[in-house]
Amino acid sequence: MSPDPQIELSPKIADEVRKTTCYMCACRCGIDVHLKDGRVRYIDGNRDHPINKGVLCAKGAAGIMQVTSPARLRAPLRRTGPRGSGQFEEITWDEALETAVSWLRPLRDAAPEKLAFFTGRDQSQSVTGWWAQQFGTPNFASHGGFCSVNMAAAGIYTLGGSFWEFGTPDWEHAKLLMIFGVAEDHDSNPIKLGLARLKERGAKVVSVNPVRSGYAAISDEWVGITPGTDGLFILSLVHELLRAGRIDLEFLGRFSNAPVLIDSDPRSPTHGQFLRDERGKELVIDRRTGKAAPWDGEGVEPDLRGRLRRAGVTHVTVMHHIAERYLSAEYAPEKVAQRCGIPPEQIRHVAAALARAAFDEPVVLDRPWTDFRGKRHDTMPGRPVAMHAMRGISAHANGFQTCRALHLLQTLLGAVETPGSFRFKPPYPKPASAHPRPHYRHTPGQPLDGPHLGYPLGPEDLALAEDGSPARIDKAFSWENPLSAHGLMHMVISNAHAGDPYPIDTLFLYMANMAWNSSMNTRGTIRMLTDADEDGNYVIPRVIVSDAYSSEMVAHADLVLPDTTYLERHDCISLLDRPISEPGAAADAIRWPVIEPDRNVRAFQSVLLDLGARLGLPGMTDADGSPTYSDYADYIVNHERKPGIGPLAGWRTGTNGIGHGRGTPNAAQLDHYIAAGGFFTAHIPDEAAYYKPWNRAYQDWAMGFGLLDAPSPALIQLWSEPLRRFQHAAEGHGDRQPPDHLRGRIKATFDPLPIWYAPLSDAFEDPAEYPIHAITQRPMAMYHSWGSQNAWLRQIHGQHPMYLPTYWWERLGLSDGDWIRVISSHAEITVPAAHMAALNKDTIWTWNAIGKRKGTWALSEGAPEATKGFLLNHLIHELLPPRGDGHRWANSDPITGQAAWFDLRVRLERSVPPKESLPVFGPVASPVGRGKDRRP
Amino acid sequence: MTMLPRPEDRSGRKLGLVIDLDTCVGCHACVIACKGWNDQAYGAPLSDSDPYGDAPSGSFLNRVHSYEVAPDPQAGPGPPSGPPPDLRGGQTPTRHVHFPKSCLHCDDAPCVPVCPTGASYKRAEDGIVLVNEDACIGCGLCAWACPYGAREMDPSAGVMKKCTLCVDRIYNETLPEEDREPACVRTCPAKARHFGDLGDPGSAVSQLVEDRGGVALMPELGAAPVNRYLPPRERDTWAGETDVLAPWLEPVAEEPQGFLGWLDRTLGKL
Repeated sequence: MSPDPQIELSPKIADEVRKTTCYMCACRCGIDVHLKDGRVRYIDGNRDHPINKGVLCAKGAAGIMQVTSPARLRAPLRRTGPRGSGQFEEITWDEALETAVSWLRPLRDAAPEKLAFFTGRDQSQSVTGWWAQQFGTPNFASHGGFCSVNMAAAGIYTLGGSFWEFGTPDWEHAKLLMIFGVAEDHDSNPIKLGLARLKERGAKVVSVNPVRSGYAAISDEWVGITPGTDGLFILSLVHELLRAGRIDLEFLGRFSNAPVLIDSDPRSPTHGQFLRDERGKELVIDRRTGKAAPWDGEGVEPDLRGRLRRAGVTHVTVMHHIAERYLSAEYAPEKVAQRCGIPPEQIRHVAAALARAAFDEPVVLDRPWTDFRGKRHDTMPGRPVAMHAMRGISAHANGFQTCRALHLLQTLLGAVETPGSFRFKPPYPKPASAHPRPHYRHTPGQPLDGPHLGYPLGPEDLALAEDGSPARIDKAFSWENPLSAHGLMHMVISNAHAGDPYPIDTLFLYMANMAWNSSMNTRGTIRMLTDADEDGNYVIPRVIVSDAYSSEMVAHADLVLPDTTYLERHDCISLLDRPISEPGAAADAIRWPVIEPDRNVRAFQSVLLDLGARLGLPGMTDADGSPTYSDYADYIVNHERKPGIGPLAGWRTGTNGIGHGRGTPNAAQLDHYIAAGGFFTAHIPDEAAYYKPWNRAYQDWAMGFGLLDAPSPALIQLWSEPLRRFQHAAEGHGDRQPPDHLRGRIKATFDPLPIWYAPLSDAFEDPAEYPIHAITQRPMAMYHSWGSQNAWLRQIHGQHPMYLPTYWWERLGLSDGDWIRVISSHAEITVPAAHMAALNKDTIWTWNAIGKRKGTWALSEGAPEATKGFLLNHLIHELLPPRGDGHRWANSDPITGQAAWFDLRVRLERSVPPKESLPVFGPVASPVGRGKDRRP
Repeated sequence: MTMLPRPEDRSGRKLGLVIDLDTCVGCHACVIACKGWNDQAYGAPLSDSDPYGDAPSGSFLNRVHSYEVAPDPQAGPGPPSGPPPDLRGGQTPTRHVHFPKSCLHCDDAPCVPVCPTGASYKRAEDGIVLVNEDACIGCGLCAWACPYGAREMDPSAGVMKKCTLCVDRIYNETLPEEDREPACVRTCPAKARHFGDLGDPGSAVSQLVEDRGGVALMPELGAAPVNRYLPPRERDTWAGETDVLAPWLEPVAEEPQGFLGWLDRTLGKL
C-alpha cells in the first residue's frame, strides 16, 4: 500500500486577524476577520465577546459574500429616468452633497417639518436622531413602529425594560423557559447558546408558536397557538395561578405596585389613579403600622390587602383589582381554549408546570443585598421561570396589552430580575418616567426643543399641533396611537402621499427597504412613491436614500448616497442607544474599517455629519463655520451628550488618567477598543447583579458609571397609570380631549390592567370569510432583504413555499407542486404551496422577505427570488378596510401604533400554476449591473 | 482500486463528529462556516456556479435537512399529547427534526475502494477520509458508492469535495490551540456539534454517545460510520404527567372574595 499523500496540515490562512462587530443582522456579535494580503479570507466568532462567545451564525459566517456582493453601490447616483425606473447617473460626492444641501437648506430656513428622516436597520439612532433634532424637524424615527415597539414599550411601561437588548433569560439558573413566537428575530446567537445551556442543565423549554420550526422544534413542549390569542392564553394561565394561590406574595408586595392604593370610586374625579401623598408619592398601607405610607419609605412593609377610605373615597390595592379581574370565569381554560386553538388540559399543564418550576425548586443565591427601603436581605431567592418573546406576540393590534399580560405573569411568579428568571441588561432597568417625553416643537432655523422619541405619561405629553392635529407626519404620539415610542415609519409614505396631516418636501431614508419588504401594501407604496400631481410633479417631491446595496428602495430614490459595507466603516454600539450589555455587565462596542472601500462610497454617518456642517447645524459646525467633526470616528470619540458622557463608555479620560463610564474624551479611545477586541465591558458587582430595580448597590453603581443621573428605584407597574390617564381623558375628563371617534376605542383598549381583545381587523372583515391566519417567520440564515445578494445564503433560502397545515392541505385537495391563491380583504397572491403538519390548524406561513423585484440586488431577472419568491406584504394594507363610518382606521395597535402584520387573515383557493408568482412586477434597471456567473 | 488501511495499520484513533439532534435548531451556521473555511483551505475552493443567477448551485461539504416526524400510529394509545383532534384538524402532533449531514468518515468507507486512481483514501493515523485532489479525475464513482450522499462534485474544479474534518484546522499550529477543531464545531451556536476521538471509549465524545444513547446512521448499510447522532429527547410529555401536575393547581379560591380571604390568611402567617 502506498503511503498517504503528504498534506499541509498547518496552512497559514491569515496575516492578521482584525476584531470588529458583525452587521449581518441586528444581533451585533463580535467577529474575527481573517485577512491575507489585505483581503478578507474568513470570518468567525470572537471567543471573548459577550454576545456570541465565539460562535457565529450562518449570516455572520457569510459576511465575506456581503463584502464582495455585486449589489454594492459604487458611487453617488442621481436619477435620470422616471422615479422607480432604476435609471441613474453616477455623480461626484460634491455634487451629491450640494444637491442635498440645496434641497434641505430652504426647508430648514422655512419649514423644517417638511423633511421626514426615517431610518431602518439603523444601529446609530443616537447620532441620526441627534442630527434630525439639530436640523429641527419633528419627523424622525427608526423602524421600531413596524418591528417590535409593543414589546419594547410594554416592557418599559411595566418593568422598566423588555427582552433582547433590554434583558435576557437567566440561562444559568432557569429551570423552565417559555418562549413565545420567536423564530429568529433578535438576539440570534445568544438565544441558541442559551437554549443549549438550558438543555445541558436539564431545564425545560416550552414554545408557544403556531409553527413548530426552529426553537419550537427543539422545545420540550409545543403550544401550537392561534395567532393573536397569546394574551388570552397568558391571562388564562394567570387565572389558574391565582385560583391556586401559586403567586409570589413576598415579591409582589415588595417590588410591584400590587400593594399601591387605587382610587376605586367610579364617581371620584381621580378614579383609577393612585392615592398619593403631598409629595406625589404613591401610597401603600404599611403592615407595621396599618397606616398609609409612601411606597419607597424607609423600612415600609407594603400590605397587599391594604384598604383606605379617605375623604369619602374608597381605595383598594392593585392586588384587589387583579383578583377581581382575572379570577373571572371568562379566563377559565375551558372558556379560552377554542379561541386559542389549544385544549384546556394543555393550558392547565403549562400553568401547573410554571407553578412547579417557580415554587417547588426556588433558586437561592447566597448573596446578601440591601433594597431601596433599606431592608437587608441575607440571600437572593429566585423563581427559575424565564420568558422570552418578540415580534410574534407584539405585531398584533392587541400586542401591547399582550406584552403587558406576559409581564403580569412574570411578576405574579416573582420571576423578574430574580435568579433563574429574567434579568435586565444595563442601562436597563429604566422606567418610563426616567425616559424623556416626546419633543416636536419646531422653529425654522432652530433645533427641535429636545429628542423626538419618548414615553408619554399622559395626554399632556402628546405631540399635537395647536389645533389638536398630529404634529408629526407619522402621527406618532397623537390620539390615534398615543404611546408610539418608536414612531410609525410604516405610515410615513402613506401620510406624506395623502398630505395628512400635512405635505412634506423631502423623504430621507437610511437602510430601509420601504419600496418592497418593509412596507405593508407594497404595490400601493410603490404607487405613492411614483405618483404625480396634475402638473406632473411627484406628490412626494424628493426622495433621498442611503444604502450600501442596490435595493428596491434605492430604485425609487432621486438621490442615492452610497454607504459602505460593515467591514469598511466606523460605528459605535453605544450605551446611549442600543448597547450589547449582558445582565452582569455594561458593554459597548465599535466597528472599524478592517478593510478600505474599493469604491466611491462613504459611511453614511460621516456623510450625515458632513451634510450637517454644510447646513451649519449647531453641534456640527464650529464658530468659524468649519465642520466640528472630520468624520464619524471623530464624533464617536469627541462628542459629549452630557459633560463626561459620550457615545462610548470605555477608556475615557478620568480624573486620574484612563477611566470608564464618565470622563472627558480620549483621543486614543478607538485604539483602546481595537486593542481590546472591539468591545468594552464593565462588570456589575455581585451584590448588585440581581434585583437591579430595587437594589441599592446596583442603583449606586449605575449612577457612578453614568447610566443614571440619580438612583431611580421603581416598582413593576402592574397597574399602569399612564394608560389610565388616557382612558380617563377618553371618559371626558381633563383639558386635552381625544376626537370623539376615538373615544370608545381608547376607553376599551387603554385598560390600566392587561386585557385581551380580538385583533381589530376582526371587526372590519368577516373572520368566517377569511378563516385562516397567515404569518411569516424569519429564516435563521437570512436577514430581511439583505441575504438574497449573498451567494451562499441564497443557496439555502432562495425559494420559499407557503406552508399549509394538514387540515387545509387536505381540504383543498393539494399535492406536491401545487400552487394556491391566497386572498385577503385587500389583495391576493398566487404562490407555490407545501404541506407542514406541525402547524396550528388554521395557520399558514412562509419565510420573510425572500421575494425580490426583478432587476434589484444584482440578481438575474430569472432569479428564483424574483420569479417564484413572493411577499406576504401585498396582502396587508396599512389601513383597515373601510366600514362606512367615514374614517379609515390604521392597521396598527391603537396604543403604540405598532404595525399589525400578524393580524392578517386570508382564504385559500387552489390555482393553476402560473409561470411566475403573482402579482408580477416589471423589472427595474440595475445601477450596478448583475452579478457574474462565477463567484470571484 | 484503492485499499482501506489494514486493521493492523490503523492507529485506533477514529476522529469524528457527534451531532446532537436534540439541540440542532436548523440554523445552517455549520453549513456556512464550513463553506467559508473550505473555500480557502484544503484543496480547490468550494465554487458556486451562477451565484447571482437563475439557478445558483455550489458545492457544500455539509448540509442541513429538515424532516417532520409523525408519531407512530402503531405505538398504541400512549399519553395524549398536544391538542385534541378537533383543535388540530384531526392530526396528532408532529415533530420537526433538523438533520445536519456530512461525511461520516466510515470505518469501512465504500467510497475508498471504488476510486480508480487512489485519490479517495482513509488516513491510517486518525481515520479521516480524504480526497487527494491532485489524483482525482472527477469520475464520481465515490459519490455513487457513498450510501449517505455525502460527497459533492465541485462545479468549477471538477474534483470531488467532501468533509475533511477540517484536517487543516485540527492540527494547524498557526491557529490557537482552542481553535484546532472543525469550523462547524467551533461555530455551532446551539452547541449541537462535538468533535473528538470516537475510537477512545474514555473521550468526551464517546462518553456523550454513551450517556445520550448516540446512534450510527443506518448501520445496516455496512459502512460502519464513525460519526454519531444523539437522538432528540422525548417531547410533549406533560400530557402524560397530569397526576403529577394537577396538585400544583389545587384551588384556594374560586372567586375574588375567597381569594382575598386566602390572601388574608396567608399573609397573616408571613
